[in-house]
This record gives sequence, structure tokens and C-alpha cells, in this order.
Amino acid sequence: MYADNGIYSDESRITKIINKTKGEIIMEKAIVLAASAIGAGLAMIAGVGPGIGQGFAAGKAAEAVGRQPEAKGAITSTMLFGCAVAESTGIYGLVVALILLFANPLIGLL
Amino acid sequence: MNGPKVIFTIPIFSGIKVTESIVNMWIIMAALTAVSVWLTHGLRVRNPSKKQLALEKLVTMLESLVKDTMGEGYISFAPYIGTLFIISIIGSLSSLLGMRPYTGDLSVILAWAIISFVLIQASGIKAHGILGYFKSFTAPAAFITPLNIISEIASPVSMTFRHFGNIAAGLVITSLVYGGLASLSAAVLSWIPNDFIAAIPFLQIGLPAVLSVYFDLFTSFLQAYIICMLTMVFIQMKAE
Repeated sequence: MYADNGIYSDESRITKIINKTKGEIIMEKAIVLAASAIGAGLAMIAGVGPGIGQGFAAGKAAEAVGRQPEAKGAITSTMLFGCAVAESTGIYGLVVALILLFANPLIGLL
Repeated sequence: MNGPKVIFTIPIFSGIKVTESIVNMWIIMAALTAVSVWLTHGLRVRNPSKKQLALEKLVTMLESLVKDTMGEGYISFAPYIGTLFIISIIGSLSSLLGMRPYTGDLSVILAWAIISFVLIQASGIKAHGILGYFKSFTAPAAFITPLNIISEIASPVSMTFRHFGNIAAGLVITSLVYGGLASLSAAVLSWIPNDFIAAIPFLQIGLPAVLSVYFDLFTSFLQAYIICMLTMVFIQMKAE
């Protein structure tokens, strides 16, 4: 069995699936789905970082407007630009969570 | 929440799926082309119409944005930046008309980011020559080259994820709130014996409008602005 293609060859995979009962397959799916849901929740912890960063940027921008009220327009657009760039790590976490919830690649590996 | 509907399939290369997003984008593109033809029809030097004055104001605003961000010599990039801005913002705002916003589809934004990526690299080659372009990857030291290549490839990926993630998060949260309000109003109205009245999701009136202002208006504008700004900044950094 291991000599030709290892456990990932199609034939051994098919025999593996045939040997399983229906209940076993449902149980495996349930475990993968539950782990994916927990993983999606954990991925969203990435939202903490951008939150802190954006709050910091907004605080500094408020200080800058207080010091120089005439430059409010430029400060606001710079702050929004910086906030959106700081957001990208949080967005990566969100994309991982969306993939786990709506386009789960792990179910196909069973 | 579901992905975009597949409208039809082109039967080549084992079936290319044409989704709702692409069809919506075609509709918006046709509408934008018609509006552009109408706006630029009958331009006059003397005695201009109000339509022409508004159009000139918009073009001047766009050119001054490009000039302020990139400098005087890059004014030839203004049409591309303007196109990217308009197609992005109209696409995100089309969710107000009940269409599925095509900016919430990864492939659409990825296509735009690849166009921007090619433009950025091409402007680098144009400014430094092909040798100077490849040499710029070895700065500041030769062993940094793989890191420079990775950071260059990461920029379109992060541009794509940022725009797509913001719009898709809006879609997911809005649909979750609509679903939650529907079941909440069903629970509140469950004492009414009439099935038709009990099925009215009355809590959906008004409350989601607050979310719509943030996700549809603010995020749409901000993301269109960000993708244009990033393209401009990267082009300028590469060309200098």
C-alpha cells in the first residue's frame, strides 16, 4: 500500500471511503465543521490589532487638528488613508474567516 | 449568505462560469459608457452649457488630485485613476439599487489589482530602463532580493484583499442583520393568529439604514479612494 503512492493515491482513498460507515463520515464532517467555525472565530482576533492602530491614528489626528485647525482637510484624508492601510492585517484575518465559513477547503480533504 | 449566482456558462476550457457579478459589471459599464457619450456630446469653447461646466469641474478635481499626489509630470495617469475610481465607487454603490455589488467578488478586484500591478512595473521599467529596473530589486544589498520580490508581489494581493474584504464584510454583516431582524419580528408577532400579518418583518424597516450609510456610502467611497491612492503612490515610488 505505501510502496506505490502512499495514502494520497486515489485507489487507497476510495477503499478508505468504502470501508467507512455512513455514521463515521458524518461524524468526521461534523468535527471538521466545528473546528472550522472555531477557527473562523479565532481568526477574527486579528481585528484587535487594527482597532488599536486606528484608534491611535485617530487620536493623533484629533491632536493635530487641535494644533492646526486650518489643515483639517489634509489631516483627515491622511488619517483615513493610514487607517485603511493599517486595516489590511485585520482584513487578512477576515478573509481567512470567510474562506473557512463559506468556501471551506478542509471538507474536500476527508 | 451565498456566492454570486452563475447566470450562464461559456462551453470552452471545461466551462467558464459567467456570474451575476460579471453581468452586473457589464450593465454598469454600458450605463457609464452611455453617460460618458452623453456628457461629452456637443462640447463648446464659447457659451458652454451647465453640463459641460460640471464635467470640467470634475476633470479639474481629478487632475489636481493626481498632481497633488504624484507631481506635475504624472498627469498622463489621470484617465486611468479616474476610471478606476468611477468603476469602483459605482460598483459598490450599486448595492443601493438592490444589485449584488461586483466589488464584493474577489476575481473582479483581483483583475483591477493586476492591471495596476502591470502599470506600476511598466512605469518602473519606463523610468529606469530594463537593466535599472532589475537592478532596483538588489537595493540596498544583494541578499535582500527575494524579500524585495515578495514585497512587490504582495502589494496587488493586499490591495485586492483590502477592497474585497471591506465590501464582502459589509455584505455578510448586512445579511446577518436582516436575517436576525426577520426572526426577531417573527418572534414578536407570533401571538397573531393571521399567518400573513405575522410574517411581516416590520423590524427590518429603518434599522438597517444606519448600517447602509456606513457600509454602502462611507466604505464604498473610502475603498475607491484608497485603491486609487495606493496605485498612484506605488507608481510614483517605482518611477523615482
